[in-house]
Amino acid sequence: MELIIDAIITGILTGGVYALMASGLTLVFGVMEIINIAQGAFVILGAYLSYALAQHFHIDLFLGLLITMPVMFVLGVLIQVLFIRPLKRDRTMLSILVTFAVALIIEGVLTILFTANIVTLKAPYITQSFRIGNFYLSYIYVYGFLLSVVLLAGLYLLLYRTKFGQSVRASMLNRTAAQLIGIDVERVSALTFGIGVALTAAGGMAFGATTAFNPGSSYDLISRLLTIIVLGGMGSLSGALIASLGMLIIENVTAVVWSPTWSSTVFFVLLVVILILRPQGLLGKLEGRKQ
Amino acid sequence: MITARKYGKPVGLLALLGVAIAFPLVFSDPTYTTIAVFALIFASAASGWNIFAGYTGYIALGHAAYFGIGAYALAIICQRYNIPGGWEPIYLIPLCGLIAGVFAIPLGAIALRTRRHTFIVVTIATFFIVQLMAFNLRGLTNGSTGLDMPIPFQWGAGYQGGNQSIYNLPFYFTALALTIVALAVSWFIRHSKYGLGLLAIRDDEDRARGLGVRTGSSKLSAFVISAIFAGMAGALFAYFIGSVQPQFDFDPLFDLSIALMTFLGGIGTRAGPILGALVLEFAQQWLTLYFTQDGLYLILYGVLFLVVILLLPRGVIPSLQELWAKGRARGRIGPLVLPVKTPVMSAGTTSPPTATRMTGQAGETAHEEVPR
Repeated sequence: MELIIDAIITGILTGGVYALMASGLTLVFGVMEIINIAQGAFVILGAYLSYALAQHFHIDLFLGLLITMPVMFVLGVLIQVLFIRPLKRDRTMLSILVTFAVALIIEGVLTILFTANIVTLKAPYITQSFRIGNFYLSYIYVYGFLLSVVLLAGLYLLLYRTKFGQSVRASMLNRTAAQLIGIDVERVSALTFGIGVALTAAGGMAFGATTAFNPGSSYDLISRLLTIIVLGGMGSLSGALIASLGMLIIENVTAVVWSPTWSSTVFFVLLVVILILRPQGLLGKLEGRKQ
Repeated sequence: MITARKYGKPVGLLALLGVAIAFPLVFSDPTYTTIAVFALIFASAASGWNIFAGYTGYIALGHAAYFGIGAYALAIICQRYNIPGGWEPIYLIPLCGLIAGVFAIPLGAIALRTRRHTFIVVTIATFFIVQLMAFNLRGLTNGSTGLDMPIPFQWGAGYQGGNQSIYNLPFYFTALALTIVALAVSWFIRHSKYGLGLLAIRDDEDRARGLGVRTGSSKLSAFVISAIFAGMAGALFAYFIGSVQPQFDFDPLFDLSIALMTFLGGIGTRAGPILGALVLEFAQQWLTLYFTQDGLYLILYGVLFLVVILLLPRGVIPSLQELWAKGRARGRIGPLVLPVKTPVMSAGTTSPPTATRMTGQAGETAHEEVPR
């Protein structure tokens, strides 16, 4: 029983980090109707940036985010402007291919710079843990969770309390109508893509601090992130939150009561069952006919 | 023009077939024939994928699952029934395709409950589920170690092992046969009432249903047909490689490769996927051969992806058809009848296409943008 409670707590804490990574993905989908396959590669890139800063300049992982997040933001905007904006027809499909190409290039660059060896981030708070009641919690899980909460709250404020957020939400509701009332949808798209990528810098640091990684880790990540946003309903931020918490709790509990090898399978089976009952996901809108 | 069209096409196709048959005999260097076998395997898979994705407009990115199922089916059958190397595994390839097709029925039915973007993501998810099964069902698949195929050491009289250039030949002709079958099925479907129904689904699914197209069963059957071709390609691939492993036979790169090949040639066209597969697979194998450093190869392949998509988003065949139709219109009728100047078109294939409508001229295979 204690093990199960422990698994649930770990699930909630790591689920927060996944929510951070998935929210960027679902936000980009909501605004641009494109699926960013490179999100997993961006997470790994973010992890490596933090790794490089910590190794060569001895910058603390959390302080380093002040550098890596703006860098990743600019990178995201550039990729949107250079590669995604020129796509005029078959946007959905071609954007998948383009972002996959970006993911391949990132993986290649990282392999050349850092080799394919598995690395871990190092900091005193990663190895230390503290005790609440009968449970031992690692500091990094708590810090990573708090970081996610702060950033997600910031994202919420940006979306619901600013004029830019209003344009983002308007573009999500109806791209054409937003254009008609004078919103520069292309600019909003570029900035949204940048924000989505910048969030992965933080998510990547928290991911890299809890998991060993190499340039090829992005495939496993992107499959999880995609299932999270499908389960939550594509384009729904709160759906992505619920789905990532649910996924990580289910995985951790399955790993304890059954076996770690089957932990993702249980989640995938659950995904299939939910899709049979609710094809649009937990909080998604039913896709109807669009004119 | 009519006579040229009537006789030109079969003669051209026969000539192409002759070139394809003569190729391994002329270029007997195993380096070339190996690349050619891979290219043809991918051509058959891409052509099968196009039957579903190109005609219905539903983009499925999980066909690596059926590719892998076909590969594992052949490996498991060969191991359970002690089938020796040689021609027998090749006769079993259609059966492996059918097994992949059986798996595609429930998986396709679940995925097809969704549409458009969600469908894409669900097919990716089903792929990862199946890959996970290949890792985890150790009793059947031997986990991440994989299974060995029987060694095709003897191809009957005269095909003794050791000579690599002869060793490749049976694989080459099997792959060629698979490609021709895929092309023929694609052609028949494109010219049948069933194929018209699929095209109607691509253009407007709800209206197609209103007009009496059985959208559900049409979509599912096209999905299963394309999965059968992916499974057969997978089985042949596994036999050629000599072993099956979860990470190579369930490869996410496979899905994106066949999708890119189809897009390069022209999605929804009959010959496009095959053209794209031949060009891209040769390019990819060449890159792997000459840039052995792991990361560099990935970068170059990514750049190749980007160049293809950004320069030729419509694909080679639609762009050529458009040019040809335009040239013909200009030559025969002259500028008098051309209603409006078409300045956007004049830049040729390299210009990013605007949504210019040339559908009447561009022929029935032009993939028209559906207003969304």
